[in-house]
Amino acid sequence: MKTGVVVFPGTWSDRDCAHAVLDVLQEPVRYIDHREQSVDGLELVILPGGFSYGDYLRCGAIARFAPVMAAVADFANRGGLVLGICNGFQILQEARLLPGALLRNASCEFRCEWVHLRVEQSNSAFTLDSRPGQVLRIPISHGEGNYFADAETLDAIERNGQVVFRYCGPDGRVTADANPNGSLHNIAGIANARGNVVGMMPHPERACEPLLGSDDGLAIFRSAIHALARVPA
Amino acid sequence: MRYRVEVFVTLKPVVNDPAGLTIRGGLHTLGFDSVTEVRAGKYLVLTLDETDASQARARVDAMAKQLLANAVIEDYRIELEPVGEPVGEPVATGDGSA
Repeated sequence: MKTGVVVFPGTWSDRDCAHAVLDVLQEPVRYIDHREQSVDGLELVILPGGFSYGDYLRCGAIARFAPVMAAVADFANRGGLVLGICNGFQILQEARLLPGALLRNASCEFRCEWVHLRVEQSNSAFTLDSRPGQVLRIPISHGEGNYFADAETLDAIERNGQVVFRYCGPDGRVTADANPNGSLHNIAGIANARGNVVGMMPHPERACEPLLGSDDGLAIFRSAIHALARVPA
Repeated sequence: MRYRVEVFVTLKPVVNDPAGLTIRGGLHTLGFDSVTEVRAGKYLVLTLDETDASQARARVDAMAKQLLANAVIEDYRIELEPVGEPVGEPVATGDGSA
């Protein structure tokens, strides 16, 4: 799986993503500078977490216009696999590659903690290896992960099965208590209609080895490998 | 003409505003009990040189749509005032002299 990890000024999770793919899964990785204008030759593009451009104006608002993003949008629209994690999720929304927006956490606090995610569907490129109802333990680390979409959009993504992860308790029950940031419908991650683009607030790259406390995040990267094997590029 | 343009970006009424709620709580703590709602937003001041006010407004409107506001969650309002001719540049007088 030829993977590219985009690095914007202020990105902080690029090395962790590369470590998960290269060192844990033994798949090739290269870093993509935000000024590059092509992602040709890659099979997976990861937009990692961080504070691109200082999160000025809005999270992801400036990064969305970085030179590399036109190529990423083309790649996504051609069916290329794109995973946006945390700030990467925010960037995908600003770029309108995923619906909705991420508001300030309802608590107004930055939340850095372990959460449980219930897998809602196994059709996206990043959930092929999971089964609906499965619970993953993966950490979050964000101040603005409060998923919002207008009622019509929310209804559409629910109906289309585009909600891929919801915050839940260890037993898989989706409750208000398990919601760390006020996200509507406890949404932690969504896919586009085609299922090749996924954005999520939790950090699967930080849960890829037992030493880190969980390796549940690996299923997400492994799914991408299997999605590529299934559909010829 | 040089214009000073103020852009007020606010969350749409249907969007929950945790910052506004927290500020309201602070005001209540201080005894300002009459406050029923606080909405926090962004205030941007732009200075730009355009041929006339309608052109200036159209340009800032385009900026707001593309970048300054996120239409999914935010509304914006533009206020514009002329602040004189650009400084340090020749002023056209219409007869070819500067």
